[in-house]
Amino acid sequence: MPTSTSKYQYITCDPTKCVGCQLCEYICSYVKTGEFNTYRSRIRTVRAEEILITAVACRTCEDAPCVIACPRDALSQDPNTGIIHVDANRCDGCAWCVEACDFGAISINPETKTAEICDMCEDLEDGPQCVKWCPKEALELTTPDRRAQRSRRKLAVEEVLGR
Amino acid sequence: MYGYSGKILHVDLTTRKTWVESKPEEWYKIYIGGVSMASRLCWENIEVGCDPLSPGNPICIANGMFAGTPVPVGGKYGLASKSPLTGFIGDSLSSSWFTIALKRAGWDGIVIHGASDDWVYVFIDDDRVEFRDASQLLGLGTFQTEETIREELGDDQVRSATIGPAGEKLVRVASVTNDSRQAGRTGHGAVWGSKKLKALSVRGTHGVSVADPDALLQLSYDITQAAQGPHTQKYRILGTMANVLNLNRLGILPTRNYQQGVFEYAELISGEYLHEHYHVKTIACAQCPIACEQMSQVKDGPYAGAMTGIDYEPLYAVGSNCGVKDLRAAIKTIDICDRGGMDAMSTGVTISWAMETFERGIFTKEDFKCAKYPEGFEPNFGNAEAVVTLAEMIRDREGIGDLLAEGSKRASAQVDAERGTETWKWAMHIKGLETPGYDARGLKTFALGLAVGTRGACHNRTAAYDPDIKGEVDRFSVDETRGKLAKSTEEYAAVYDTLPLCKFIRRCFTGKADRAGAWPAIAKLINATTGWDFDYDAVDLIGERAFTIKKAFNIREGWTREDDHLPWRWMHEPMKEGPSAGYVVSEEELEYMKDLYYEAKGWTKDGLIPKEKLIALGMDDVAEEIGV
Repeated sequence: MPTSTSKYQYITCDPTKCVGCQLCEYICSYVKTGEFNTYRSRIRTVRAEEILITAVACRTCEDAPCVIACPRDALSQDPNTGIIHVDANRCDGCAWCVEACDFGAISINPETKTAEICDMCEDLEDGPQCVKWCPKEALELTTPDRRAQRSRRKLAVEEVLGR
Repeated sequence: MYGYSGKILHVDLTTRKTWVESKPEEWYKIYIGGVSMASRLCWENIEVGCDPLSPGNPICIANGMFAGTPVPVGGKYGLASKSPLTGFIGDSLSSSWFTIALKRAGWDGIVIHGASDDWVYVFIDDDRVEFRDASQLLGLGTFQTEETIREELGDDQVRSATIGPAGEKLVRVASVTNDSRQAGRTGHGAVWGSKKLKALSVRGTHGVSVADPDALLQLSYDITQAAQGPHTQKYRILGTMANVLNLNRLGILPTRNYQQGVFEYAELISGEYLHEHYHVKTIACAQCPIACEQMSQVKDGPYAGAMTGIDYEPLYAVGSNCGVKDLRAAIKTIDICDRGGMDAMSTGVTISWAMETFERGIFTKEDFKCAKYPEGFEPNFGNAEAVVTLAEMIRDREGIGDLLAEGSKRASAQVDAERGTETWKWAMHIKGLETPGYDARGLKTFALGLAVGTRGACHNRTAAYDPDIKGEVDRFSVDETRGKLAKSTEEYAAVYDTLPLCKFIRRCFTGKADRAGAWPAIAKLINATTGWDFDYDAVDLIGERAFTIKKAFNIREGWTREDDHLPWRWMHEPMKEGPSAGYVVSEEELEYMKDLYYEAKGWTKDGLIPKEKLIALGMDDVAEEIGV
């Protein structure tokens, strides 16, 4: 199973909380395109089986495979935030980055033929709009380290208190 | 125009031709969407008087202005045809991705005419329409059909409305399913089957624009937040299953084919018990921040592995109403219905009719022979395996399942004609549609609402149980207020069914679910979406118009006052025990309430609609045809 190697923050989804309502996709597509169109969302909900539901966005991998795969050097990673930036002048929509991404987190805009990747709404004061809108608090900004800390705490509670 | 594309897609399965019809904005302001627009499309496109299973009966789909926007619970569509169960309007609602895909493909509605010679599925790829061979899909269940089509078309965003094996075999209680939600009632699956239409698949890639996105986002955000609080707690935690114990306490939980209103094992089939033992995941329809579907799974015993979403209405029908106290068998039966593509309510109530007919000695073990039980079986109330088996037999039209697949009205008529019996007296239906999970002997306003319902016995099209259950009126007697109450509650429900918005959001606008609490907020949503200037009164008219077009459809198909009836049992057999003991709805009470209702609606004593009434509602062409 692919895992993120990131030291950076990314948007994660707790599948035990996600109900598959897609509000994250509505709000993302509106913020990024001015229209409601889940096809154009940079976060995608997935229903693999009837009760297996989650949402996926860019995991800001270190040494991001999408950046390495790009034959035109159109993708670059912000060294401070890990966010992948797309140079629209260089990108020709070849989709090598789409194939390189283990998380299926990149899509090609059908009209402009350029790659689109979650940027955690870095230009907005109140941060990622999907996190703000998620009605079940299933989405959050986190890092692998913080998730590990939480797992350890959960384990401690389970083992010590048996609940 | 915002909120609509202004375009209806027509598809003819006989000629394999398609065409586009443009509708003016004024038409949308009257019919809006959902059940109202779907019924209007049916009015415009049906061959009047046709057999519901003939090519002249169109399949009419209408989505709503809110589909594809963040307006909570606005991802619903209406589906209408002439019902093969009732012979009157069959208007159903379903929800989730399918309707949103349709919206993004640029269609306000779809009308499917004619019938195909070979099994087909129709793929609407934005504005391109493709007729595709469906032979490889035959026999597949509803969910499996959707997945197979996604595989075949190579896009997991393709959404499909499908029929299961039941619809293929023209089972009259068959439903249409999309995204694990059903347009459940009135037998749509049989209509699709009669046209050899296995599925309607849609890919929509365009964006949806609204008149005032900033305003709409703010309104939607506030409602989304309110929908996490106490106003929706019932739905989010136990779902509609919370009703089991509530209705049992009131003595109106249908038990053993409505012979009783109290089930001694209610605890064992309660929402609380389900939640503790079988609940595995709560899921939502697309565009819904509430999430009410309680996915439940059987983990042990002969039905291990069965899994589906459990709601109150299917559960009473195959549970208490069949005397079944084992939730595992009930989950299995509902799973068979959902995957086979059948209305679990009508299926359960038709099975309970067969069980009573067996217990009264008219059916014998011999009548229940099948491949699984070559010697037959004895379907006494409480025989859970018998209910599971009968659901399978109805789905496959095997053995006596072939009779039961016709629904309780036709099945009882056939048995009575052949055997000289009176089994129709315990066939629990109105106009041919099986009764819902409330015994109306203890809810007299609701009894009226059900009797006059345009699609038969439906708890969703009238909210007349509300004043009864809340104690706003005496639920055991009738008085002069009931006509107005039935009108008011059916039109209230019709506003939601027409926009359409799921009614579970009704308390989230202001905390109050009544008109004053909801209509001003709904008007704001409509205006931000469309740019119109709707107010309280305009919202209120949506419901009256919806019921009027459905009633007009029925009148043109031959409706008369006698069609507004109740099951014989509710009128002649007093409830035996519990808080509703001793009550019936007498002939005199029913006819008195019908008079009051027709008067409140502004109709004639015969229940017909005056021309001037129709013209005042903006339905001049309807007035020409059926106005008096």
